[in-house]
Amino acid sequence: MKCDRCENEATVTDITRRQGVVIERHLCEKCASEAGVVAGGSPEPSALVPQKPAVPTCPECGLAITEFRQGGLLGCPACYKAFEATLAPMIERAHEGATHHIGKTPRCKLARSGPAREAVVGGVDEQVERLRLLKRQLDDAVRAEQYERAATIRDELRRLGGAADPATP
Amino acid sequence: MPSPAGPTPPDGPVPTGFTAEWLRGEGADADVVISSRVRLARNLADEPFPGRASAAQKKKVLGLCRPAVLDIPGHTMVWIDLHDTSPFERTLLMERHLISKQHAKGKAKAGESTPEGSPRAVAVAADERFSVMVNEEDHLRLQAIRSGLALRQAWEDADAADDAIESHVELAFSPRFGYVTACPTNVGTGLRMSVMMHLPALRLMGDIEKVKRAAADMNLAVRGFYGEHSDASGDFYQLSNQATLGKSERIILRELQDEIIPRVIEFERAARKTLADKRRTLIEDQVYRALGLLTHARMISTEDAMQGLSMVRLGSTAGVLPQLDRALIGQLMLMVQPGHLQRLVGQAEQERRMVARATLLRQRLA
Repeated sequence: MKCDRCENEATVTDITRRQGVVIERHLCEKCASEAGVVAGGSPEPSALVPQKPAVPTCPECGLAITEFRQGGLLGCPACYKAFEATLAPMIERAHEGATHHIGKTPRCKLARSGPAREAVVGGVDEQVERLRLLKRQLDDAVRAEQYERAATIRDELRRLGGAADPATP
Repeated sequence: MPSPAGPTPPDGPVPTGFTAEWLRGEGADADVVISSRVRLARNLADEPFPGRASAAQKKKVLGLCRPAVLDIPGHTMVWIDLHDTSPFERTLLMERHLISKQHAKGKAKAGESTPEGSPRAVAVAADERFSVMVNEEDHLRLQAIRSGLALRQAWEDADAADDAIESHVELAFSPRFGYVTACPTNVGTGLRMSVMMHLPALRLMGDIEKVKRAAADMNLAVRGFYGEHSDASGDFYQLSNQATLGKSERIILRELQDEIIPRVIEFERAARKTLADKRRTLIEDQVYRALGLLTHARMISTEDAMQGLSMVRLGSTAGVLPQLDRALIGQLMLMVQPGHLQRLVGQAEQERRMVARATLLRQRLA
């Protein structure tokens, strides 16, 4: 292959990424040195090819997000945490815009305290955020006169220990 | 490949009778609703999902789930290791709606294939109203089934069994996504409620597409007699909820049981009434043609038998064939399936099976 800048044989491949676009250049050693691609001498070719960005992988089961994209199935319960950013919008689309679970909770875990309870209702920050969201949903439901839905959200608030007075909307 | 030589039932725990709960033709609205089914997807907290697990990990899951499933109160559960069964036995289980097609096949991970598939099981209650698939797409798939429109009873059954299982094993649950599942389309409640409906009059009136569109608008899935990727053999359709996140079990139940399904039932009944009142000859012609086929054919395929039984069932509920028993029709719907027929006449070539099917129908409907 010829050098992109002169007639010499290209011996160096330079791959860079600018604003998300991958730019591939093939240069001879001289031009590469001039372009600042090779900073003196001839470094190992591997040093010139930037490492591919690592594919997000679940630390628990080793599933790569690309495998999920192909097969549509996750590898283990921990994948939901590992790929939350990718999964959340996908899940929202699949479930009519829903973002959070409302409904049954493992009853044994709920009855416990400490980490076992946290595994079900989340940590303190998560609970505060969730309560805020639920209260907003409750307001929306009441305003739209969706009383059945409002009742469910109230149940959920009570479950999380955040409902003060069921009479207030 | 092991296969039974004759009509004797296979030894072992696989149920082989000729009635199944969901085909009794009893219960509320049984003129239109065949059966109601509730499915809960559950997973163990610290194990990879079956699709990613090694054979050893799957065996471990079987070991963890077995005591939990066998201890469910109110049911006498029978455990069947499917990797130890013959394809014939698995076909019987599938035709009875106790396992899915996918579970019958039991595809193992690449490089781990065994003739009878990967380590997996099903536990079946003696009355077949309740079953649990282990190591299907999720570790646990609980299923409660009832004749007629009875989602509430089926839900209560599945809910109680879920509580019992949870007291034995640690279930995977996320504060945000609820019960987590191998496929993100099942997260949240992990709940799928489906109703198998018989809608022949809507088809005859040309309104079935309208129902399908309305169902899609309400985010319901419409599937055939044997679930995903099966066609609506004999005008039987399964309607089920698609969203499982952000709606509580109570809401999903109420929407289907009290709002949507009753509307479809009324739609079908109105179509039957129109046919009976205004197009009596058309409905009689369709029903008697079907009866003629079923009672005179010498060879018949599963599809033709199901279509004929569908029309005859319509006749029995629309006053054309009032003497015909719905439970018998339900029984025949199961008996004409390839596996159940084989159980009756032994393994046979397709042509002999078609002859046996026609003979069976002639005898039973005579």
